Amino acid sequence: MVAASLSTPTAAAAAAAGSWVAALLANATGGADALAASRERAAQALAQTPLPSRRVEAWRFTDLAPLTAVKPTLLSPAPGAQPETAAGSLRLNLDGHSDPLAGISLPAGLEPIGGDELNATLGQVLAATGSAELWPVLLNGATARNVLALRVRGTVATTLELVSDAGAGEGILPLRLLLVLEPEASLEVLQVHRSSGANLTSVVLEARLGEGAELRHGLLASGAETGCLLATVAVEQATGSRYSGVSAHGGWALGRLEPRLVQSEGAAHSALKALQLADGRQISDTHSQMVFEGPDGRLEQLHKAVADGQGRSVFNGAVKVPRLAQRTDAAQLSRNLLLSDRARIDTKPELEIVADDVRCAHGATVSRLEQDELFYLQSRGIAADQAARLLLRGFCEEVLQELPEAARPWQPLARLLGEQGR
Amino acid sequence: MIRPDAPVLLEIRDLTARVEDQPILKGVSLTIRAGEIHAVMGRNGSGKSTLSKVLAGHPAYTVTGGTVRYMGDDLLSLEPELRARAGLFLGFQYPVEIPGVSNLEFLRVATNARRAGKGEEELDTFAFEDLVRERLQVVQMDPAFLERSVNEGFSGGEKKRNEILQMALLEPLVAVLDETDSGLDIDALRIVAGGVNHLAGPDNATLLITHYQRLLDVITPDYVHVMAAGRILRTGGKELALELEERGYDWVDAELAALERTPAEVG
Ligand SMILES: Nc1ncnc2c1ncn2[C@@H]1O[C@H](COP(=O)(O)OP(=O)(O)OP(=O)(O)O)[C@@H](O)[C@H]1O
Ligand SMILES: [Mg+2]
Repeated sequence: MVAASLSTPTAAAAAAAGSWVAALLANATGGADALAASRERAAQALAQTPLPSRRVEAWRFTDLAPLTAVKPTLLSPAPGAQPETAAGSLRLNLDGHSDPLAGISLPAGLEPIGGDELNATLGQVLAATGSAELWPVLLNGATARNVLALRVRGTVATTLELVSDAGAGEGILPLRLLLVLEPEASLEVLQVHRSSGANLTSVVLEARLGEGAELRHGLLASGAETGCLLATVAVEQATGSRYSGVSAHGGWALGRLEPRLVQSEGAAHSALKALQLADGRQISDTHSQMVFEGPDGRLEQLHKAVADGQGRSVFNGAVKVPRLAQRTDAAQLSRNLLLSDRARIDTKPELEIVADDVRCAHGATVSRLEQDELFYLQSRGIAADQAARLLLRGFCEEVLQELPEAARPWQPLARLLGEQGR
Repeated sequence: MIRPDAPVLLEIRDLTARVEDQPILKGVSLTIRAGEIHAVMGRNGSGKSTLSKVLAGHPAYTVTGGTVRYMGDDLLSLEPELRARAGLFLGFQYPVEIPGVSNLEFLRVATNARRAGKGEEELDTFAFEDLVRERLQVVQMDPAFLERSVNEGFSGGEKKRNEILQMALLEPLVAVLDETDSGLDIDALRIVAGGVNHLAGPDNATLLITHYQRLLDVITPDYVHVMAAGRILRTGGKELALELEERGYDWVDAELAALERTPAEVG
């Protein structure tokens, strides 16, 4: 792992950051919606939590400057152009204000959760995954004004597409999502988040998987030079459940994804496949955490990153296997492509293994494009830069082709590699 | 087919090259005219693949002396992709696996690059599909291989067929085939050799690098060259290959030793 050069924020910058939160809270709290009480609690906690700084291990490589450059106010995005919806999927547009279910008839197996039940359930998965106090989660809690909460029964044949576009406006777009999968329920969900301006998309998804339930989850997030993304995906899994998360993010001034998974009694299957890209002066960050709280759990994790220009890629993959989690089988692989001398890649597995009868494989590679692969393509008449492009696309496709079918109209590869308008 | 008046396609003169600090090619000279089939044989490590990679422009090899003229132009000053577009083709001894890049897309991009080199217009996806399906028959290859990543997980023989498929699509003027016969089963050898014969014509030329007479039973060479320690030690007709099959390479040592003595006698 490569050492970072730590810059000490000046007192003035620290004060400015503190006042950023204060200004945001002044602009974002209040209101009498269903989330008012929990928003108030989160606001208090946020006011008392110092802004993450690079002296904190979890933020050591991730400079928050692009975030505090965002205007501390709530954003009301205007709807942007979208591709056609893929067959078999239902698109819900999230703008942080209006009800995404207005005028929508939900497919069989999905129903909204509201009232007391919502209040009782919201935040439980965050607590179970140790995510409630994370700064991005507090920030989301202190600002989100509505929540899309759905219960899932049986097999839902329709893919749920949850789409936001922060657009070119300034400010914060907080999005809150809750999915409760009853035992044996099955659902496919795709999140798509976009931005083209100096704003922050803050998204928190809580998903609870009952026994034998299955959630196939995709997240595609492509940003803009000045846009920020803080995405938390908290998943609590009962025995026999299967969670498969495929994510791709890039193009953000600061893009950070935090998948937080717990198998509360073990004996479940978790898969994480991720691709992140950092070009220009962008920061792409993933901090994942997998906790096994019972025996016989499985994790398959592949994390891929590409760093070009002066981009910086950060991956920290925590896997916790306490004594009671015997016979856990976990594999984590981090594969990184370094495309420029000025780009940086920091990758670190963080294994806490107490149980003795476990299989935990992990590995990390950082490489450049293979000379022999480039030459092979060139020897077929393909110019060096086009050959490099093909190899880069090949590297990315391994993850992107695992996204739900519904991602196809969004052209993930072209979008992330900036080969089209945003 | 030897025609003394046929145009010279490739002319290698006193070519020397090293990898890192080690000299490997120590003065190779070879002239190839249109219509000819040349075979290069020689012990393991004698420099055959190095010669092929230097011709194709592999960046790991540094040319330290000599010239190579291709169709009258200085080949060594061209980037690898320009050599390919001008019709030079290298069939790799060890074709490279490229995960995540679809074979079909690779073949299409390569074919269009070569077509651009010939001044022909690009083929769209549909026109290319038609062409590739036709050329697949030359090597009797299953179209399923088009859907896979380039060479990834292909067996040794499948990789070699994929090389000949590329040759069939790129229609080179000079094809250098480095041990395209190794790793092939008996049927595949016949198919691949048949493909090479099918593509060979009066206007192009082939340089076969091989260890085995069985390939030369199917593809009849006009010239056979024996390479040793980075040089071409002897050149003959097809009967030289038969002689090698019988006698092996022991005689090479004696001739090499004589060569090594020569400069001392002169100096
Ligand atoms: N990239 C390289 N690095 C170090 N040595 C090399 C490299 N490429 C070739 N060589 C050396 O150069 C010599 C010639 O190798 P080359 O591959 O050209 O032999 P060859 O005649 O093709 O052998 P074979 O019949 O086994 O294929 C060998 O001694 C080899 O080890
Ligand atoms: Mg060789």
